[in-house]
Amino acid sequence: MKRWLLILTSTLALLGLTGCGYNDFQRLDEQTKAAWSEVLNQYQRRADLIPNIVNTVKGEANFEQETLTKVIEARAKATAIQVTPETLNNPEAFNKFQQAQGELGSALSRLMVTVERYPDLKANKGFSDLRVQLEGTENRITVARNRYIQAVQEYNVLARSFPSNLTAMVFSYSPKPSFTVQNEAQIATPPQVDFNKK
Amino acid sequence: MPLMRALRAGTATVLLALAALLAPAWAQGLQPVPALTAHVLDTTGTLDTTQLQMLDAKLDAFEKSSGSQVVVLMVPTTQPEDIASYANRVGNTWKIGRKDVGDGLLLVVARNDRKVRIEVAKTLEGAIPDLAARQVIDEAITPAFRQGDFARGLDAGTDRLIALIRGEALPAPAAPPRGALGDRGFDWEDLAIFMFMAVMVGAPLARAVFGRKLGALLVGAGTGAVALFITASLLVAAVAALVAMLVGLFSSGKPGMLSRGRSGGGLGGWAGGGSGGWSSGSGGGFSSGGGFSSGGGGDFGGGGASGDW
Repeated sequence: MKRWLLILTSTLALLGLTGCGYNDFQRLDEQTKAAWSEVLNQYQRRADLIPNIVNTVKGEANFEQETLTKVIEARAKATAIQVTPETLNNPEAFNKFQQAQGELGSALSRLMVTVERYPDLKANKGFSDLRVQLEGTENRITVARNRYIQAVQEYNVLARSFPSNLTAMVFSYSPKPSFTVQNEAQIATPPQVDFNKK
Repeated sequence: MPLMRALRAGTATVLLALAALLAPAWAQGLQPVPALTAHVLDTTGTLDTTQLQMLDAKLDAFEKSSGSQVVVLMVPTTQPEDIASYANRVGNTWKIGRKDVGDGLLLVVARNDRKVRIEVAKTLEGAIPDLAARQVIDEAITPAFRQGDFARGLDAGTDRLIALIRGEALPAPAAPPRGALGDRGFDWEDLAIFMFMAVMVGAPLARAVFGRKLGALLVGAGTGAVALFITASLLVAAVAALVAMLVGLFSSGKPGMLSRGRSGGGLGGWAGGGSGGWSSGSGGGFSSGGGFSSGGGGDFGGGGASGDW
């Protein structure tokens, strides 16, 4: 039965070609890049929003200068980092970028908490609009980061599982870095609440 | 048609299993996403039947006239998640919004948390920017909610949202209600083409492998079985099997002569697949009886605004 043999070998060859996962690597690589671009896009949106917020807050007389300066500095630091698609394959640059954005995020949230002490600012229509926009942007950042994490997970699973890891080895595709929290230990410890402080 | 129903149930089970596999492990402690069965879902029992029906009718009429899908969901709480991430999760699970347009909008009310959120799909972020969503919440929804009148708040809020969506130039709704049903409707045209191809390729192959008589018999039996499985009609299956068998027998003597085999196979495929599709389509195997379902195109990127009362 020569025919059977022919059919069998051609089927196996086809399966072998699709089984090595080369095309999957291309697809998932593009997917992570797209997800990463969306993350950058949303970070940029936040960075663009900050000057408006800073200017509105500056208008408020005797606003805490320290909090404000911290936000301005953190923004300058975060936007100074050059990000290219290659950043994805460089865990060190990735961490640096992520850290700068994290600092900006915490400086901003501190600013927003401080604002609560200024009733005039809270009542300011322009400022409350900016707050809504900032909130929306932070939400979008969260969603974009989540999607990036999922895309990276899919890619890394492919890069590390058999038999596609052989393809990864041949073409030197390494697992991509994902988002982590810098202060893991700090988050894990419950906050100390002390009402007796004077 | 019991077979039809079994097929659908089977598909649903497979999909559910897939979804369960895909869902991350940490999703266990979170609030479940309810099944999308209507434009207005109230798991708290706050709205009475008339209020539910009126709101549902309004949103349904809006979907029919403009195509955009607006869904209201009322839940007791979204804990442990905050309302923004819960609403985003629900939106991306349901994917409300037309298939190729993605114009969906979700209004979530967490009653015991006293929080409300308008979650806007990416397509509608231009029509309803975050600020506009916040205005709708502040001006139309929460004032009524504060007085405990949830129906009025939702009514006024959806009115404002509908007006905002109408201001955006979106594609007109598809003429048949098929567009709204989205990918739920089975594409009989695809099926006919598939059968056409299958018989065209399969008949010469089977003849080459099994010989003329056995090959024709197998092709006939296979076509019949597939037709029976899909249409659940014995008559259609028998006709399809007979035609496919004749094609297998008489189309061409030698396996190499593809030109004659193709024309014969094509004829068989059309007769089998085409007529099968029609008979079941008119029999109503797949029509959902006017129920509401998601268009499956909405992509929620975190746009919208939250508020509390």
